[in-house]
Amino acid sequence: MRLRIINGRIIDPANSIDSVQEICIADGHIQSIGAASRDFTADREIDATNLIICPGLVDLSARLREPGYEHKATIASETRAAASGGITTLCCPPDTDPIIDTPAVAALIRSRAEAAGYARIVPLGALTQGLKGERLSEMAALKEAGCIGVNNASRHITNAHVLRCAMEYAATQNLTVFLNAEDYWLRNQGCMHEGMVSTRLGLPGIPESAEVASVARDLVLIEQTGVRAHFCRLSTARAARMVARARYEGLPISADVSAHHLYLTEMDVGDFNSQCHIEPPLRTQRDRDGLRASLARGIVTAICSDHQPHEPDAKLAPFSATAPGISALETLLPLTLRLADEDLLSLSDAIACLTHQPAKILGINAGTLSIGAPADMCIFDPNHYWTITEKTLLSRGRNTPFMGWEFKGRVTHTVMGGKVVYELVG
Amino acid sequence: MKNYNIQFDKNGRLRHFLTIEGLKRQLLVDILDTAESFSGVTAQSIKKVPLLRGKTVVNLFFEPSTRTRTTFELAAKRLSADVLNINVTASATTKGETLLDTLHNLQAMHCDMFVVRHDRGGAAHFIAQHVAPHISVINAGDGRHAHPTQAMLDMFTIRRHKKEFAKLNVAIVGDILHSRVARSQIHALTTLGVNEVRVIGPETLIPCEVETLGVHVYHDLREGLRDVDVIIMLRLQHERMKGALLPSEHEYFRLYGLTEEKLAYAKPDVIVMHPGPINRGVEIDSSVADGPRSVILEQVTHGIAVRMAIMSMVLSGSASIPLSIRPPGMAEVPKTQEQLSGKANSEGEII
Repeated sequence: MRLRIINGRIIDPANSIDSVQEICIADGHIQSIGAASRDFTADREIDATNLIICPGLVDLSARLREPGYEHKATIASETRAAASGGITTLCCPPDTDPIIDTPAVAALIRSRAEAAGYARIVPLGALTQGLKGERLSEMAALKEAGCIGVNNASRHITNAHVLRCAMEYAATQNLTVFLNAEDYWLRNQGCMHEGMVSTRLGLPGIPESAEVASVARDLVLIEQTGVRAHFCRLSTARAARMVARARYEGLPISADVSAHHLYLTEMDVGDFNSQCHIEPPLRTQRDRDGLRASLARGIVTAICSDHQPHEPDAKLAPFSATAPGISALETLLPLTLRLADEDLLSLSDAIACLTHQPAKILGINAGTLSIGAPADMCIFDPNHYWTITEKTLLSRGRNTPFMGWEFKGRVTHTVMGGKVVYELVG
Repeated sequence: MKNYNIQFDKNGRLRHFLTIEGLKRQLLVDILDTAESFSGVTAQSIKKVPLLRGKTVVNLFFEPSTRTRTTFELAAKRLSADVLNINVTASATTKGETLLDTLHNLQAMHCDMFVVRHDRGGAAHFIAQHVAPHISVINAGDGRHAHPTQAMLDMFTIRRHKKEFAKLNVAIVGDILHSRVARSQIHALTTLGVNEVRVIGPETLIPCEVETLGVHVYHDLREGLRDVDVIIMLRLQHERMKGALLPSEHEYFRLYGLTEEKLAYAKPDVIVMHPGPINRGVEIDSSVADGPRSVILEQVTHGIAVRMAIMSMVLSGSASIPLSIRPPGMAEVPKTQEQLSGKANSEGEII
């Protein structure tokens, strides 16, 4: 497929491009930006007048539920939903069933994604066998099978000696360690932020210190082992400040935040709204503002969806008995664009948080529109107002607290490897 | 997001009784007044009024309870309702049935009211959101969240002894963190406008930012009891000793157990309350529990009248049920239009 896209405003933060130009694609790669050579003949031409063309989005965390939880969603259903949200690369954590602690599981996931053909999947391998926090996984084998980093999902490694060894070993294999910072003991059966609202509702709380203490310990071990590390989905302003200080001191670390933590707070739990049962929990307004500030200052460099689709029954129970997480692939771009509308970030910086910044964290060749790069692109109409409803959602998970919200900015085309994998109809 | 109080139907009438939070003072006073009229009934030789004749009340208990369930059962029977007791811990959920399944099955049997106790906070709200429009839900305790009928019977007891709420200083002592009773009492007391609500206990048993509920925190029992009119002691569960919350029952009793000596710090006419069951020698000394200032058994008696009041107000859909007790054979309280047509807005939006 040879594709020519004309009249679109190209925003490619990695190359500091923001201008209306023509872009030509051949053999799955970007052939030219600007005037194409005269002999370029396109099979298809897309007129992107008034549209923005940016690199395909790179999502640092999306649970696709396959293998193991196909009653919630499948790789095919969720990568299709990702394509409709402009996402072309998804990083999936290892807590599938079976867990991604053997090359076979990693290979299975990659092949399912290829068969579906909507988006690329880069899996994270398990940091410890069975995510049990006891023995190291075969990281070298996982790396060969395509795992771009290692992670223990949301199972906190309580034994600091094991974590230290895992970090040392990962450093030896030149793998980034992805850390979900939440102290198991301090969390203590909590199901929402410990504070005013948990006190009012009588729900067991997860204190701020659960995240902060874990980040503190992990920073000590990162410094000692010299491993490259990434903090996934910070939820507290205090942890973000600690990451800022450590980065200033030169530690090789990065951090991301989920889009919903930039908008929602503990108050949104309201009267037991299970759609706001999220891990890490929604915290205070001060935390939300602190995370936004960290993003604006470039301490937190990426925004992810933290997509966790569920079957409807999973959210139909008393709050603490419901499954945590939200279906978020399709709200990632509009929520991020809104940050630009609210003047927290420039449009280019907002797009960078979804493209080359997460690609840099993952260490993959994606998230740019450089000549010769894989032709992964998201084309969106920045002025299209739309409302998210059951009908607009493609994900099998209908669990979103944003249901009924009006957004500005909608994906019109998604191109992956030079192929148009999604096109907005109507 | 829609903003509504699920406890009211679209006409603003009380349909469910889930939490005290968000209820107006007048409504609480109405409940107390109605209960006052029913307390006569419970003392009569014939203890029945036909207000809920033909109605079916289901006591749906997902957590074991004797006292609360019994008083709800008595209250419903004295209102002439048919009562069904279902202990769900022992039946459906162990077979893998979800809460909603259980609910839908019971609903299919044409019940009018669910009295629900569950070990998870928010369970009563959840059930109220999913029942058919003609069914009312009364929260008989959900997790650590709320136990509003207990709080109302406590308010009833306080009013019997103190008449006015405005001048009262009330101390709630003990395990506030795990107590749904305390949360409901705090909302009831602040809504009824007492002078001061104090919570007293070690930091490990005080929920964080509890001041936002409008209370003052004391860690010293003697200091906290100074000049109070009402002392509410909370039950300390034995399992709290297993974790790291407290060192021992002995030390707890030494610091926070209510004894004659500590009682002397309160006003001379102080009343001592306890939602029961009491742990003698853990949170309260026997001489105080059985002493002249104790109203603990009165609370149990009042529980029936208060629950009758709440059940009848909720099922009649208004706060204006006849206060005079009618002779047997009187007409049933008319149903509201919504109940007759079965078309009430299931979300109870206030339009």
